[in-house]
Amino acid sequence: MNTTDRTDLAAPALASGSEQTHLRAGFIPLVDAAVLIAAAELGFAAREGLTLDLVRDVSWANIRDRLAYRQFDVAHMLSPMPIAALLGLGSNPAPTVAPFVLGRGGNAITVSVRLFETMQALTGLADTASALDCAKALATVIAARRRDGDRPLTLGMTYPYSSHNYELRYWLAAGGIDPDRDVKLAVVPPPMTSDALAAGAIDGFCVGAPWNMIASEKGVGRIVATKQDIWASSPEKVVGMRPDWADRNRDSVLRLITALDASARWCDDPANHGALAALLAQGAYLAAPVEIIRHVLAGKFALDAKGNARVVPDYFVFHRQRANCPSSEQALWVYSQMVRWGQVTYSAEGAATAASAFRSDLYASALGQAPAADSAPQAADVFIDGRPFDPENLEAYIRGFDAPPPSV
Amino acid sequence: MSHFDLTILVIDENAVRAAIIEDGLREAGHGHVTVVHTVTGIARVIEATGPDVIIIDIENPNRDMMEHLFQLTRSVSRPIAMFVDRSDSASIEAAVEAGVSAYIVDGLKKERVKPILDMAVIRFNAFSRLQRELAEAKSALEDRKVIERAKGILMKMRQLSEEEAYALLRQTAMNEKKKLADIAQSVVTAAGLLM
Repeated sequence: MNTTDRTDLAAPALASGSEQTHLRAGFIPLVDAAVLIAAAELGFAAREGLTLDLVRDVSWANIRDRLAYRQFDVAHMLSPMPIAALLGLGSNPAPTVAPFVLGRGGNAITVSVRLFETMQALTGLADTASALDCAKALATVIAARRRDGDRPLTLGMTYPYSSHNYELRYWLAAGGIDPDRDVKLAVVPPPMTSDALAAGAIDGFCVGAPWNMIASEKGVGRIVATKQDIWASSPEKVVGMRPDWADRNRDSVLRLITALDASARWCDDPANHGALAALLAQGAYLAAPVEIIRHVLAGKFALDAKGNARVVPDYFVFHRQRANCPSSEQALWVYSQMVRWGQVTYSAEGAATAASAFRSDLYASALGQAPAADSAPQAADVFIDGRPFDPENLEAYIRGFDAPPPSV
Repeated sequence: MSHFDLTILVIDENAVRAAIIEDGLREAGHGHVTVVHTVTGIARVIEATGPDVIIIDIENPNRDMMEHLFQLTRSVSRPIAMFVDRSDSASIEAAVEAGVSAYIVDGLKKERVKPILDMAVIRFNAFSRLQRELAEAKSALEDRKVIERAKGILMKMRQLSEEEAYALLRQTAMNEKKKLADIAQSVVTAAGLLM
């Protein structure tokens, strides 16, 4: 196993020739770190002449800072993080680019069992209700609570610049809820979500796997929406790196992309999911029950502890449908949500900067251009509120959020 | 306004380390220091104290929560991560290495904050060293205990003198290229099975 002691972190990595081949990679213990972990453990990196030292970390802020200050060469990151960094948003923004997407899927929104029961009692919501119907039912509960003078509901997410923040907000808004006025949003570290829900500190959360499933299996939470329900082809985590480092180590970057591509292909094959679950479950990685990880990989969702289940096809897509190729359109969608929720003011330059965070050019240099037919299917670009995303007319798309969505 | 007027908030789940940092700040003449060991209710603490500098350990998973809080509240106006001067990479790396992270009110002069951060880095490192030494001392003590017991067993079972028993353990350790304490542990375990 390749792990590094914290005390060794400042040592310069071994270089072969002029480029670095010994890469330190930071990660957060989540299922979507699978492609990085499998690349380090199963020889995909070694085959490309690279050594990947994986270092587990506890917060996205640490991942960002350790990448910025060269303790990490590459890092498992939330897809909006490089975009926020280039736009100068948040604490300590330092230039970061993403040439590889680690996959799609894995997120879900969970509410407390008690809140779900109230949603059902007030609206007659079925056990099999759609994600959009759940959001509308939540809007009804929020209106009732306001009439009764109850405290606003608190919902957890992972980081201000996270897919979870934007997906949770998108889902709430699709149901007619104003995420800034009608609820309180709070950041909760993913491993604490289940306990925070059980303790009543939060009423729901949006987080990555396996934490939704852990809350539902414990009987404290009810899953009401998955990432697929909100925007199926949304990129989740990426591999981030400093652009100057990528320039100096171009050959290593291309090798890394090749290694990750092979690893992603392996992770995507259901025949390998048993082995992958066993690898991820280890103490050095997720330290979570192997059974739950196996279910997560299969998209087999226990919605609650009563036995309501749902199979989400493609809950995790590690490789298929060209899931690993970052595109400027994806970055622009993230930017549109940053503008929508007031994190940044729209400008054409800002949009161009955001788009430049996702380096499809590096991806294509390593793996070649995709034939047009191989790009993501159109159906995957359907959003929960039926609103079509138009990256060509970004400003109009963002302005459109002031009007009610077409499906409501 | 001298730099001693700064209001400093220390957030550290490790109460001993927090005390060491607080001590350092007071020794340096800082009077406005607040220490908390949990981030529960931190929004109210920040509201009430209005800190210029927040020191938090890097292993605290709640850093992400803190940063979200800074976006929401105006009480710490535009706090920024500690790495004010990007050119000073040696001191930045020392801080990250030591495990210290800090947030500083934007606009605060770097010279006013640097001594605080340097002190925090030194004390964080001292604390780590102390912990390491304590762990080593503990394990040395354990080793000595087990070697004493193994010696006693050999003296009794093989009618050896204390020196002979020790020499036998040492010779075996050398032959097997193992630590003396490991051989002694094997003797103790084996004796437990045999007797």
